[in-house]
Amino acid sequence: MQAQLPFYPDQASNFAPSVDALMTFLILVSLFFAVAITAAIVFFFFKYRRKSENEVGYPIHGDMRLESLWIIVPAFLSLAMFGWGAVVYVDFRHAPQDTLDIYVIGKQWMWKIQQPNGRREINELHVPIGRDVKLVMASEDVIHDFYVPAFRVKMDVVPGHYNTMWFRPTKAGTYRFFCSQYCGTNHAVMGGWVTVMDPSDYAAWLSGSSGTDSPLVAGEKLFTERACVTCHIGNGSGRAPSLNGVYGGTVRLADGSTVTADDAYIRESILVPSAKIVAGYQPLMPAFQGQLTEDQILSLTAYIKSLQSQPIPATGAGVLTTGKK
Amino acid sequence: MSTSPTTPAVHQLPEEHYLNSTYGLRSWLLTTDHKRIALLYLASVTFFFFIGGIFATMIRIHLLTPNGYLVTPETYNKLFTMHGVAMIFFFLIPSIPAVLGNFLVPLMIGAKDLAFPKINLLSWYIYLVGGCFVLYSFATGGLDTGWTFYTPLSSVYSNSAVTPAVIGIFINGFSSILTGLNFVVTIHTMRAPGMTWFRLPLFVWAQYATSIIFILGTPVIAITLLLVGLERMFHLGFFNPALGGDPILFQHLFWFYSHPAVYIMILPAMGVISEIIPTFTRKPIFGYTFIAASSIAIAVIGFFVWAHHMFLTGESTYAALAFSLLSYLVAIPSAVKVFNWTSTLYRGSISYDTPLLYSLGFIGLFLIGGLTGLFLACLGLDIHIHDTYFVVAHFHYIMVGGAVMGYVGGLHFWWPKITGKLYPEFLARMAAVILFVGFNLTFFPQFILGYLGMPRRYHNYPPEFQVLNVMSTAGASILALGYLLPMLYLTWSMRYGKVAGPNPWPATGLEWRTPSPPPTENFDVTPVVDWEAYDFKNRPDLGLTQPSGPALSPAHGDD
Repeated sequence: MQAQLPFYPDQASNFAPSVDALMTFLILVSLFFAVAITAAIVFFFFKYRRKSENEVGYPIHGDMRLESLWIIVPAFLSLAMFGWGAVVYVDFRHAPQDTLDIYVIGKQWMWKIQQPNGRREINELHVPIGRDVKLVMASEDVIHDFYVPAFRVKMDVVPGHYNTMWFRPTKAGTYRFFCSQYCGTNHAVMGGWVTVMDPSDYAAWLSGSSGTDSPLVAGEKLFTERACVTCHIGNGSGRAPSLNGVYGGTVRLADGSTVTADDAYIRESILVPSAKIVAGYQPLMPAFQGQLTEDQILSLTAYIKSLQSQPIPATGAGVLTTGKK
Repeated sequence: MSTSPTTPAVHQLPEEHYLNSTYGLRSWLLTTDHKRIALLYLASVTFFFFIGGIFATMIRIHLLTPNGYLVTPETYNKLFTMHGVAMIFFFLIPSIPAVLGNFLVPLMIGAKDLAFPKINLLSWYIYLVGGCFVLYSFATGGLDTGWTFYTPLSSVYSNSAVTPAVIGIFINGFSSILTGLNFVVTIHTMRAPGMTWFRLPLFVWAQYATSIIFILGTPVIAITLLLVGLERMFHLGFFNPALGGDPILFQHLFWFYSHPAVYIMILPAMGVISEIIPTFTRKPIFGYTFIAASSIAIAVIGFFVWAHHMFLTGESTYAALAFSLLSYLVAIPSAVKVFNWTSTLYRGSISYDTPLLYSLGFIGLFLIGGLTGLFLACLGLDIHIHDTYFVVAHFHYIMVGGAVMGYVGGLHFWWPKITGKLYPEFLARMAAVILFVGFNLTFFPQFILGYLGMPRRYHNYPPEFQVLNVMSTAGASILALGYLLPMLYLTWSMRYGKVAGPNPWPATGLEWRTPSPPPTENFDVTPVVDWEAYDFKNRPDLGLTQPSGPALSPAHGDD
């Protein structure tokens, strides 16, 4: 099943061999049916050619056994395709622990990418071999899609949502990436190159950074500048819940329900705080919808994530159970 | 190679028929005769096919070189958008139902007309008004949102004439709804004596299934596009996240209609094939009930697969699993049809007439289109091939290889009934072969392009994709010839073709028991049906000899 057909692109990630194996399986099953049916048609076509002008065919109305056969066999093959496809997809949708998180922002018509140490790239993405990489993606305008054919991965980048996707690069080289969700005039040129490097080369490349703040540092600054810090006090004495240990944990809301504090929840709570009020607090926080860029929201999220390991105060905590690993 | 195997007798056109019973523009524009309305539709959908075809031609010429010099990116985006809108909403969806269905449903069930003849005419006018809005959009700024109108691109960011286009499609929706309603009522209430449900031609079953989708699905697309228009004009936040809307909501609503719409396009074509194959093998169709039931199954299950277009939008993993499984479920009734059609050929008396060539072409192309649908429904594989040329190739195999082959094959099959004249058989066979070859050369390379990673809707592309794109464009020029030929010789035959007679093939349906072209009231006497569908055995009126070879077992020979 590892056979590489000539029209298979480079295999440069952990997903490439599994997607290609799936492809080979589907091609084989399809070829079997396509050839069998075509052969039957061609054979009948010549064998039962009309011999005389007024000839009539042999009246056969159907056959229950055949009908059952060609319902059951395709049903089982379909189940096999579904099951195998589901395994690959579920793996793709669930990133492992301890990923290298890289932020990706799509806007008409360019990709802005930021490495964990703050190094920024435009339409370029550098990643190390062998490391699980997670792209955390947001859009500033319309829906885009980040697609790396050599990795066999893509994911829509949707305004107002965070989408993530992960992969583990396996082969050094430069590969194209594309925007594959139609996004307006220059959709076709909204692409670039992914460079897969040895970990040591990647580390050297990262340190050659011209040095903007990492998302975490930028987020910490914003947290002060935007006066978040005046209410969200770490020891729980503020008018707003402490954010220590919140990221990844479970939060109890005023209406009694609970919610997992993931990227999407934090984003919503910054932009539209009144949507989900933490139990025991008043809806005092101003909405930041339209006040922050996607970059800034990502930075704030990175900072809040870093508070995951801070001690949780006995009172005034925003969190029910912590997401601390 | 005579096309008239029964009698060498020279036929004469009936003295009075639906085409010459009245004259003048008024008699056409105010007609309530379903057959004339079918011809009005024929002219209008052909017009939109031509427009859509011109856009397609420009797209393929532009893609000959990686950096495409023919048009600017803006224009290219408008071309593929307008190609899609014209072809899907104004050609494919109405083509078989509104042209062949309109003409044939009453004839096939032995009725004088549809249940609501005036509403039928109204449908055509609504279609025209919708079409005018869309043409206005094309002419004043064009449309560059993709036929899928994804938000917030369409509702906020696009600078093209989106509003008139969505109004046009909104209006046009009512034409579909009324046609569907008309068919359902007609099929329920106006069948001739003896025409039971299980004696109905399978074409009628297919029209019935299609009508259900028309009625249940079309309101959703109409309202959804209206919401896009409202968001654009009045900044109401339905889909724009900056106004609190959700862009993914649009995709759910859009595909709730637009996936079943694929079955609107393919089901009627399947109906056509199910008529042609028994006629040109002169035997009952294999597994009548299974083919009829699979039409209904496709129409019903087709409503529960929409989110398979959205596996990579970030929808929940559980939703993706459910929609993938349901998508595989809908593949089974389609497979059942293909197996039954193929089995019908077994021990038939197969003639090589044009409609059968189209039908066999249909099976081959639909087979590839259907099988590649399994690739896209496969979650793991869709990660890679979603939104690439693989998708483009897949749906063209279904919609062009399937629906258009069925439509053109059906036009040939019923042309003698519609016009009373035969088309030139040799030219027609040639055109069928040219279409098949041209089609495969155009679209098969696109599967490979897709797996190599070429995204769709690209006005330029990396140079390594050029060879396959050149092949595709070469195929498209052959395909264009394949479409032009029938347009020319069918038009020619209206005047110069040989007179066909009432039943040139011969076929078993009621529509062949009345003169060609039929009289305005369809039948001089209401027919009474006392035979099963596609029964060549108990029909001495067809003038055929009974099967040679081993004797039949008395009980229908169901071996």
